[in-house]
Amino acid sequence: MTTPSLNSSVARAFSRHRYNLLDLVLLGAAVATFFLADLYLALATAVLIMIVFALSLDIAQGYGGIETLGHAAFFGTGAYAAGLYAMHVSPEPISGLFVGMAAAAVVGLLSGLAVLRTAGLTQIMLTLVCATLLLELANVAKPLTMGDDGLTGYSVAPVLGLFQFDIEGRTAYWYALAVLVLVYAFCKFLVSSPLGLTAQGVRENPTRMALLGVPVRRRLLTLYAISAALGGAAGALSAQVNNIVGLDSLGFTMSANVLVMLALGGTGRLYGAFLGAIVFMLLADRAAALDPTNWLAALGVLLIVVVRFAPTGLSGCLARWTSREGTQ
Amino acid sequence: MTSTLATFLSLAVDGIAYGMMLFLISVGLTITLGVMRVVNLTHSAFAMIGGYIALWFIQRAGVHFFLAVPLAVVVTMAIGAVLERTLYRWVYGTHGLGQLLMTIGLTFIITAIVKNLAGTQLQSLPLPSSLQGNFSVGPLTLSVYRAFLIGASAAVALALWLGIERTAFGARLRAAVDNQRMARCVGINVPAVFSATFAIGCGLAALGGALGSPMLPLEPYYGLKYLVIVLIVVAVGGLGSLRGSLYAALLLGLIDTLGRYYLPALGAFVIYLAVLAILLVRPRGLVAN
Repeated sequence: MTTPSLNSSVARAFSRHRYNLLDLVLLGAAVATFFLADLYLALATAVLIMIVFALSLDIAQGYGGIETLGHAAFFGTGAYAAGLYAMHVSPEPISGLFVGMAAAAVVGLLSGLAVLRTAGLTQIMLTLVCATLLLELANVAKPLTMGDDGLTGYSVAPVLGLFQFDIEGRTAYWYALAVLVLVYAFCKFLVSSPLGLTAQGVRENPTRMALLGVPVRRRLLTLYAISAALGGAAGALSAQVNNIVGLDSLGFTMSANVLVMLALGGTGRLYGAFLGAIVFMLLADRAAALDPTNWLAALGVLLIVVVRFAPTGLSGCLARWTSREGTQ
Repeated sequence: MTSTLATFLSLAVDGIAYGMMLFLISVGLTITLGVMRVVNLTHSAFAMIGGYIALWFIQRAGVHFFLAVPLAVVVTMAIGAVLERTLYRWVYGTHGLGQLLMTIGLTFIITAIVKNLAGTQLQSLPLPSSLQGNFSVGPLTLSVYRAFLIGASAAVALALWLGIERTAFGARLRAAVDNQRMARCVGINVPAVFSATFAIGCGLAALGGALGSPMLPLEPYYGLKYLVIVLIVVAVGGLGSLRGSLYAALLLGLIDTLGRYYLPALGAFVIYLAVLAILLVRPRGLVAN
């Protein structure tokens, strides 16, 4: 009686591990964008970077149930670490990427020790305080970070010693896409790994998972550090591609924007990060160019509508729609 | 020696005045959070609305300062009550993320509306002549406005405490917070109590926004800019604790003012470091329920 349903739920958990047609379509779209985007290649690169960032938030928030309003802490840390590494140590981009990830992971571990002791509003507040603390630190350490002016004046060497970053941003696009593909493959692996499945159990019911013998806080801390490292990768990418790191990379707006993207796309599904980041970034680019004030109002209305009518986000709506098509 | 002491004392008074203003702005959020458990990121936007309405009454309608501020409080309370009955209803049952997003969205909308109506420049309420100038107590020179702010906030704190502890409405509110179902069973109209409480919270924010505008000037991004400090006061004080908010606001006001004077190189860093330290030692805030 229970065996088929158990099998099907196990099968469902594992089927998420497989790649399907949608992944191929997304990859095809990314490649096509390179040839079609032309003047908008910089925007397309920014979208790719934000997808990486939204994926990292999805790991912490969507899968781990860690409520955060300070995810920019990791983006900014990764960005500053990669920028400073390029300036003072080596212009090599791939090692710079790892330096950014490592720095963000350290911040994630340290702040996680505090953040994960709490839940609910206090947790949100602590993440916000951690991010604001880093922002003020970057602001105070002007000799190192150049404060409001932004960290500039570093150059990034060719990727793998072969592909020079060009003015049209072609290399930047391929580089960001390659990182995104790797991050996505890793996330796909992570969410159906024992750690990812345990984290989802903790998200649903921490007490029960603790009773089952799961070291809840240690698992969440690992997940949080991984999420931080991925956020750091997004920041490092942004630093290497744009050749500037501003204080806004640590700011509240950055944290809020990525949260909005993820909510728009749908949390707890990796596709949500893709959909949300693409829709948000394209809308923001078009609307902000036309009328920044009313764009803010429209974004507000959009958020309220999503919360009220589509709490699972765009990807949730799509999933419901496709499953209904399938049963008919 | 005496001048160092005098500097310290006048800084301390400034810090207390700043802290009392923070208390005024954030106490409404403490109440609504404690009562309704809604993460209301729109709270500081209500303070901004209050400030702008008071400004409009003074500049356009020629109303006196001491009448304009209460009027602004009443109008903001009405706006808050309407929003509570419509938008906030939707998110009572949802999870924290939904509340977070809905209230951020509302803040965005309010910011855009204010930007369209009032422009982007920094503004503050013109103080009446009775609140301008200084007076001296011994070697100290104090500003009348700051003394007024401290007095007004203290009066509000006292009134709130009396209102919650000593009135029938306060008793109903406490009953509704402690046990909603039981409160309904004994005939308390819980939704009405919540609406009234939410409106009072918005009114308090408006009072803080209007009276505090010489310190925190009004601008369209006020709601986002001062959100962090308001949330911090509430979190440090302990969710839903009036006494905690008062302590936290005073402590943060003093730390911020003294820190900026004695450690100018560190700037606002000091306050966040202090907050992190406090929350690490007491994750549930200074006065945990």
